[in-house]
Amino acid sequence: MTAPFYNRRSFLITAGLAGAGALQWPIGALAQAYQPTQTMRGGANNYRPGAPLVDKLGNGFFVRGKVLRAGDGAPLRNVRIQIWAATTLGGEREPRNHGSVLTGEGGQFELEMEQIVPNFGQPHAHLAYDDADFKTVFLRPVMPSASDTSVTADFVLAPA
Amino acid sequence: MPLAWGAVLAVMIVPVVLAAFNPWLAYRNAAYIVGGFAGILCLSLMLLQPLLAAGYLPGLSPVAATRWHRRIGTLLVAFVAVHVGGLYLTSPMDTVDVLLLRAPTPFSVHGFLAMWGIVITALLVVLRRRLGLPPGLWRWLHNALALGVVVTTCIHAARIEGAMGAASKAVLLAAVLMATLAALLDLRLLRPIVLKRRARQGF
Repeated sequence: MTAPFYNRRSFLITAGLAGAGALQWPIGALAQAYQPTQTMRGGANNYRPGAPLVDKLGNGFFVRGKVLRAGDGAPLRNVRIQIWAATTLGGEREPRNHGSVLTGEGGQFELEMEQIVPNFGQPHAHLAYDDADFKTVFLRPVMPSASDTSVTADFVLAPA
Repeated sequence: MPLAWGAVLAVMIVPVVLAAFNPWLAYRNAAYIVGGFAGILCLSLMLLQPLLAAGYLPGLSPVAATRWHRRIGTLLVAFVAVHVGGLYLTSPMDTVDVLLLRAPTPFSVHGFLAMWGIVITALLVVLRRRLGLPPGLWRWLHNALALGVVVTTCIHAARIEGAMGAASKAVLLAAVLMATLAALLDLRLLRPIVLKRRARQGF
């Protein structure tokens, strides 16, 4: 006996998946409406509040991202983002690995620093928004590869 | 005999030496390096434990093998303490997160399980007489804990991007897993069957 190409069970599975897909549609559309970024686990570890504004902390590695307003997604300029990571200068508690940058017109920011190296088993950076206007957010993006020379993390901030 | 010892020692020592030449060590403080290598040495020593328990290492009497199994077990407990302590000194928040099961790293839960597996194993060894566990039950408990510790340690180590080289780490992990499984099957399954069969035949 050969297996039927199409039977009641496969119909039910297909219909069920289609129904689930239809339910997903409005949820997917809502997600487009710029939900606030959630703080990541361990994101605040080794945070030193008030990292000084710097032009750069070193050479060759870039931490980049953009900062948007929750809801309408408008870019936020002149927002302070604090950044720290374990690099070739030392660990996450090394003061030379801590710095702040301000976002530009399009809400984008970039900090050049020394090469990030794996710390506690993963190559990763830490970023913080921790000022008065919006709710505090700590991010901890992990680099896909330890030899990457940049890492990106975006913020969508909700009013405080 | 020298061939078996040479192979075992090579699988144990080469990964440690390669890790010692990892350039990332230059960017770490002493506590991090010591803590990290305590972990690597634990993994390396774990290869010896099943080989000693099952008597696979040539030239060692059963008494000597048991004595070394106990000594290395004590070392494992000490190195786990140095591993956790060194990481705590390096980054208290990251280490406390692991101990409270809220760390972001997926491998940290396996390190947590391996640590508690080793602590419970050590407690059972120390309290073995006082608890009055029957030898059969104690053996199964000890072996189940050993298997759990080895598997969780291997997952923990495999997923960490650290000082160890990928290839030498993979070989060491495979060796530790195979030695553990072989010793457990041999001690708890094959040898009892052979003994029963011999008893039935009147040896």
